[in-house]
Amino acid sequence: MGYPHKPHSKETLVLSKHFGEADARTYKGWVKRGGYEMLAQALTMEPARVIDVVKESGLRGRGGAGFPTGLKWSFMPKEKKKPHYLCVNADESEPGTFKDREIMRWTPHALLEGAAIAAHAIQAEVVYVYIRGEFTEPWAVMEKALAEATAAGVFGAIKLHLHRGAGAYICGEETALMSSIEGKRGNPRIKPPFPAAAGVFGMPTTINNVETLAAVPPILKKGASWYKGLSLASPKSTGTKLFSVCGHVQRPGNYEVTMGFPLKDLLYDLCGGIRPGRTLKACIPGGSSVPILNREETEGCLLDYEGVVEKGSMLGSGGVIVFDDSTDMVYQIMRLARFYAHESCAQCTQCREGTAWTTKILERILAGQGKTADLDLLLDLADNMTGKTICVLSDSCAAPVVSGIKKFRNEFEDYLAGRRKPVMVA
Amino acid sequence: MSVSAHPTPQPGTEEYQPVFVGGTLEELSGILTRYPTKQAALLPALWLVQRARGWISDRNMAEVAEVLGLTPAYVKGVVTFYTMYHQHPVGRYFVQVCTTSPCNICGAESVVKALLDATGAKELGATSPDGKWTVIEVECLGACGFATPVLINDDCIESVTPEQVPELVRKYK
Repeated sequence: MGYPHKPHSKETLVLSKHFGEADARTYKGWVKRGGYEMLAQALTMEPARVIDVVKESGLRGRGGAGFPTGLKWSFMPKEKKKPHYLCVNADESEPGTFKDREIMRWTPHALLEGAAIAAHAIQAEVVYVYIRGEFTEPWAVMEKALAEATAAGVFGAIKLHLHRGAGAYICGEETALMSSIEGKRGNPRIKPPFPAAAGVFGMPTTINNVETLAAVPPILKKGASWYKGLSLASPKSTGTKLFSVCGHVQRPGNYEVTMGFPLKDLLYDLCGGIRPGRTLKACIPGGSSVPILNREETEGCLLDYEGVVEKGSMLGSGGVIVFDDSTDMVYQIMRLARFYAHESCAQCTQCREGTAWTTKILERILAGQGKTADLDLLLDLADNMTGKTICVLSDSCAAPVVSGIKKFRNEFEDYLAGRRKPVMVA
Repeated sequence: MSVSAHPTPQPGTEEYQPVFVGGTLEELSGILTRYPTKQAALLPALWLVQRARGWISDRNMAEVAEVLGLTPAYVKGVVTFYTMYHQHPVGRYFVQVCTTSPCNICGAESVVKALLDATGAKELGATSPDGKWTVIEVECLGACGFATPVLINDDCIESVTPEQVPELVRKYK
């Protein structure tokens, strides 16, 4: 198995530096590359000092929300009265995102080292790495790496365990993930209490994304100011980010660039542009849960937390889905809505009913049986699905629908007016 | 999904063999040491059942319940939440094809069709007459840059095109 592409000169390799090197997966190979040095160093540091370094670096959560990592760690009780836990969110299921998969496949020890450093920082003795059930190969690589590193005794008193999911997107939501570890249905929980107060098994818990944790050892090694300096636009977004690019580009894959990198360069330079003879129509920049950008917005977008918001979307997980001019946007928005209807945990009415009805209405528009009022109905439904539920799955279904109708209304109207051949949806 | 296509035994009439004996029971004991509660070992325990039996029958759910001190109804509630646990027998090769938007725009639907034809499963969720193949569509396998990804049991095959399907299926004969 080889890594799909050689590094591009515009990439900044921090996390993906050793992707494609089979040897880097082994404990010996990782140690040869300087691995576990930072863990050994961190274990001699005061936990609060480790948190300070990460705070200073400006590292923000790479799972989607972009919450400052050091600040999140600092919410954990300083004085330890109960067991503390760290959960690693490796339930990567956001359509368009496949970066954590690559980190686990190629550099499992980077994740394990980062997780152990984080555990030390928050004074957790147990770490659960929650890996989605479909990730059979990343699981096997992680299992081997964990066994080797544990045998080498690098984790000290910290115990790390892998926990396999079983096919539920919602378990990537942090409170649902904790429910799932506890042996329950993956239902999200109402916050507060926040995980740092009462998380998994009712104990103080921190949940971090794979990519976030993998960035911690390099930050300790090269220093917070080095990481902070990796920023091309907004100073609030620092470091490098892995962007997973998929859809209608010539070279889909994971590309690591400095925060603030132009989306246009990512698509046209690094990914080789749109498929031959085609032009860009739309792009979802941060995984399927964020609003769709049209061509103009895409080509003017800078890839950091602030830059994407400026264009009306979100950086999310960094899963970039590219649609060319051959795409039927109504059909694709239906597919996305169907995804959320399938993955709703069905606790909240707005989500259970909203995602299902959104899909049904989109299917009827596609089938040529839509009514003129359907677009308003979809928008009204989306309004009732936004900000009203325990978690944001429902909002995530509404985002592509609302932005899709706003930016590609003519395509919806073509179906409604019978100008477009109906599509029977299976 | 055609339910009639599955030869699912009537509850209570299926051939029952306990899973948690010998080596598997020891394995479960090892898993239990990782968690502060017995309940937390539920997902791993269900994976052990599926590994041993290929699917999870009501009788085996009751067995898991007994081993972990839960009720059979509770265990069933959890089994039905997670899509990867099979509640009825499936083919020897269980094929999952991603058809979510990013794969969909790269031709996932024609990969599904090719798989249904080449395996003889014909219909989504149904098992081929020789008992070898079950093909289902799934939402996002997390390999969007390698459209279309196909999981055959635990093997993830990337960038599958309809043309490659007959050869791929032959490999598993």
